[in-house]
Parts: sequence; structure tokens; C-alpha cells
Amino acid sequence: MSEVKIFERPKSMCDVITHYCPGCTHGVAHRLVAEVIDELGIQERTFGVAPVGCSVFIYNYIDTDMYEAAHGRAPAVASAAKRVRPDMIGFTYQGDGDLASIGMAEIVHAANRGEHITVIFINNAIYGMTGGQMAPTTLLEQKATTCPFGREPRVNGYPMRVAEMLATLAAPAYIARACVAKPKYVAKAKEAVRKAFQTQIDGKGFSLVELLSTCPTNWGMRPVDAANWVEEKMIPYYPLGELKVPDQEVTN
Amino acid sequence: MADRMLMKGNEALAEAAVRAGCKYFFGYPITPQNEIPEYMSRRLPEVGGVYLQAESEVASINMVFGGAGTGKRVMTSSSSPGISLMAEGISYLAGAELPCVIMNIVRGGPGLGGILPAQSDYFQATRGGGHGDYRLLVLAPSTLQEGVDLTTLAFELAEKYHNPVMILGDGFMGQMMEAVEFKEPSSTQSADAEEWAIGYMGKRGKRALVKSLYLDPEELEQHNHKLQKKYDAMTQNEVRYESYQMEGAEIVLAAYGTTARIARSAIMNLRREGIPVGMIRPITVFPFPYAPFENLSPKSVKEILVVEMSMGQMIDDVKIGVGKDIPISFFGRCGGIAPSVKEIEDQIRKIAG
Repeated sequence: MSEVKIFERPKSMCDVITHYCPGCTHGVAHRLVAEVIDELGIQERTFGVAPVGCSVFIYNYIDTDMYEAAHGRAPAVASAAKRVRPDMIGFTYQGDGDLASIGMAEIVHAANRGEHITVIFINNAIYGMTGGQMAPTTLLEQKATTCPFGREPRVNGYPMRVAEMLATLAAPAYIARACVAKPKYVAKAKEAVRKAFQTQIDGKGFSLVELLSTCPTNWGMRPVDAANWVEEKMIPYYPLGELKVPDQEVTN
Repeated sequence: MADRMLMKGNEALAEAAVRAGCKYFFGYPITPQNEIPEYMSRRLPEVGGVYLQAESEVASINMVFGGAGTGKRVMTSSSSPGISLMAEGISYLAGAELPCVIMNIVRGGPGLGGILPAQSDYFQATRGGGHGDYRLLVLAPSTLQEGVDLTTLAFELAEKYHNPVMILGDGFMGQMMEAVEFKEPSSTQSADAEEWAIGYMGKRGKRALVKSLYLDPEELEQHNHKLQKKYDAMTQNEVRYESYQMEGAEIVLAAYGTTARIARSAIMNLRREGIPVGMIRPITVFPFPYAPFENLSPKSVKEILVVEMSMGQMIDDVKIGVGKDIPISFFGRCGGIAPSVKEIEDQIRKIAG
């Protein structure tokens, strides 16, 4: 009987052990990016830009040309690299502190210029690497080390819906929100990541996929509880779906 | 054949960069350097390049980081407060060993300060400005022609040392007009780009990694030693300065950039009167030309006069070079005011007695 391999490491993923905590979904998101790069056959002409945060080491895990950018500046780095090398496929991978706080100007303007780059935005409603501080995406009443009594809107404002905000701009071609916290959401998340890269390959412009993710360590939850929390608390506030698709694909 | 043209300083520097093979410019408006991005926005499309207006100086320097990672010649320009905003990004560029050119058309500070010329960013330019042990190669032209020539050199040195190079000008230089001659283009990218830049994974058989993060302390220390070796090599190989009227000089001026140009007139006038005055004019301010100052003899030199458009910054380097055997005095104007020829002459006369 011949062996049939039904699961293996994507070619665009380095053969190393990741540093992520148990129950963290960065690994799933990384894998989706790597699988899509493989399936589209673009490994040798892709460059990625790592953020500052837990996923700074994505450059050790995804086997394409990689930059490690300053905190929040990945969209600026990717914009320029893509302008200089329009033949390449560029993506950034950024957390919520990186993209929605310190890097808000860079993401808004890269999106508004319609830069031909793909942004993978990990929303886990907290700062991971620095130890669980409040993020712009932290939910109301959610506790963090810098809002120990829960996020209070009169003090800290409201959680920001980045995908919706960027979808108000004219230039972006594809904007979607998906979830990687439970297996049942992953196929759709991969589809969104694939569409985002395809949008860039087709020369249609800026694409972004927000991925709702877990941070069991900093949420102080067991991995299973964290996955349930995404479903029960995050998805109602951050609804899943496509907010913007390239013109010719508009249905309903 | 070289073209000779009458041009405004900022435009001359921009054209010099284009002639040097730079096709990619990322920048943000700030006075008094706006003619550089304006010129680039119409000129670069002619050479198949890209001008991209960033949302801030923070974004522009990080665009330079992205562009430089491709191995192509890239640049930005700004003025003092804008360079402060870029300081973090410049540190990343130095840490990741990326070649690029940054033009600083200096204006008066601190804070929002003013929009008129100054030399008050000497510390920032030569001591880093951003965090960490890094150095920029800093070239300080005194005339527009020298600015044009140093711009070509800046791109070459950036690639030679895999390090950002700064052209340290000032608002006078940016705004004045003068005849300049351009050279033929040298190159549009690093000769060794295929070895390290992004975009060659197929050819190289290995991806490129552009980064400044070294979490392992041993690795970070080694990285710093590697950088330091480059800075030592710059200090060894790249010191440039001009000795002006130093034959028999008993009073020695130290000045750079526009101030040196003004001082030159004062020296010329006083030499005619028989006052033995000369000047050492640093062209590189990092690496600083310490040797010509070290070599001054207290037997022949009575005093050194440092002239700057600042409250006194380069004077620290002059002191390091000279030591304690020769008295050093300072004359400076700031806030956007240049020392006049007469003011410098008066200072020299006071010393001559």
C-alpha cells in the first residue's frame, strides 16, 4: 500500500519550532499565510514585513524575503518596497497594538493610497509581548494590566473596529474579517487570506484581512476558554465577513 | 560632457541625487527643503522612478527602510524637526545596515524654532540622534557645487559601508542659487544587492532577511562590534577637510558649511591686511578631521576661533582634537541669523590684538 501524505508543513514555512504560547492562534494564522503563498506559487517573489509584538519572529517562520520593521511602520516599509519592486508580492503581518495604536497613521494612509500590499491584521484585543496591556481593540469591561478594573469607555474610549473604518475609504480593494480561534472558522479565514493575496496579484490594490485571535496567556484563560471567549465576546462586537471586495466580485 | 546650470540649492541637490542614480524618493513637506520633494515629484517619473509623499516623516524614513531593502538607491530629505521624527527610523537603518541618503536642510531650533538657516543639529547628526551605538557618515558641503559632488559620494559611501549617509546642509544652501555642474550617473543600485537585498530569493537560493533585532545578548554584542568596525573604517578612510590659508596661520578658524564660506571672505580680507589667519574646514563632520587640529602647534598657533550658526556644538570636536595647549574661543549666531563677514573679522581682530 502506498503512503499518501495528507498533511505536511507548507513549503513556505521554515522547519522550526515557534515560540508561541499554548493555545495562541498565531501559528494557525502563519500557516494560512504560508499555505496560500504555496498554493499561489509566489514564494520566491514574496516579501513579508514583521511587526513589533509577539509575531516579530514571523521572519523566522515564513520562508520568504522578510523585513523586520519598527513598531507600527510595516505598511510604510511594505509600501516603499512594493513601489520599488512592483513585480513582487508584499504582505505585512501586524497585531492590534502595532497596527491599530502606534501604527494607525501608516495603515490608514497605506490603505488610502491603495498600496498594492496585503495586510494580515491579528486582533486578539490585547498587547501580547509586553504582557497584557490594554489595546485599542480591548473590549469594554475586558481586564488588562493597564485597565485592571476593565475597559471603561469614559476613560479609555471604545474598542476600534479597524476593518470597518478602513472599509469607508475609497481605495482599498478587499477588506474582510475572519476568525482563527476555532477549527470551524479556519476554512473561511484561509479563503479570505487567499482572496487578499489574489487581489494583489490581480493588481486590484490594497487588501486586508483582520483575524480574530486568542491570547490565553494574557487573558488569563485556558486555551479552550479563550477560544470560547472569542466566539462569545469578540465575534458579536467584531462581526465576521467581507466588508469590501473588488468591484467585479460584488454580489448581493 | 558635464552640464552647467544655474539652480536653486534644493533643486541642485535633488538633481544631483537623480544624476547619482537615485530613482526613489520618500518624503514629507517641511520648510526650508520643500523644493527637494517638489523637484523629485516631477523629475523622478522622467527616469522611471517613484516619488511618494509620505503621511509623516516617521513614515518617510520607514519607506526609505523598505526601499533600501531592495538594494536600489533611495533617499529622503527633511529639515531639523522632521529629522528628529526620523531619528528612530535612522537607527533602524543603521542597525539593519541599509544604504540610503538623508538630506538635512537645517533650520533653527529647538522645538518648532524657526524656518531660517542654522547649524544647531550638529550634535544630532554626528552623535546619532536616534537610540543605540550607531553612526551616520555626515557630509557637510560649503557650496552648491560641493553639495552636488558630495551627493554622488554619499550614495557611493552608503553602499560601501552599508550605512545611511547624511548630507548636512542648511537653509541658506537650500534657498540660494548658484551655477552647478553635474557628473554622469554612477549607478542605480548596490553592486552587491543580489547578495543581501530582497527580491533575489530565486537567484540566490536563499531568502533575504532585513532586520535589526538581536535578542540574544551575545549576538547583539557581536553585531555592535561589527558595526563599530565599520565606523572605525570610516574614521580611517573617509575623513575629508579643507585647509584654507593655513600657511603661517597664527589664528585658526574652524567652521563648516555656509559659515565656512562666510569665514573665507573674512580670512581673505584680513590676510590682505597681513593678519595671519587661516581655516580648517571639516567636510566630513563624522568622521571628524581631528588630525589637522591635533597637528596644530602651540608654538605657532595663538588661538583657535570656532564659528558656527549655533550656540556652539562643533566646538566640542575641536576641543577633542586640540586638547588644552591652545586657547579656543567661540563665535556663533543662531535663530536663523548667520555671522556676517564683518562680525567674523572683528572677532579675529580682537584675537590678533
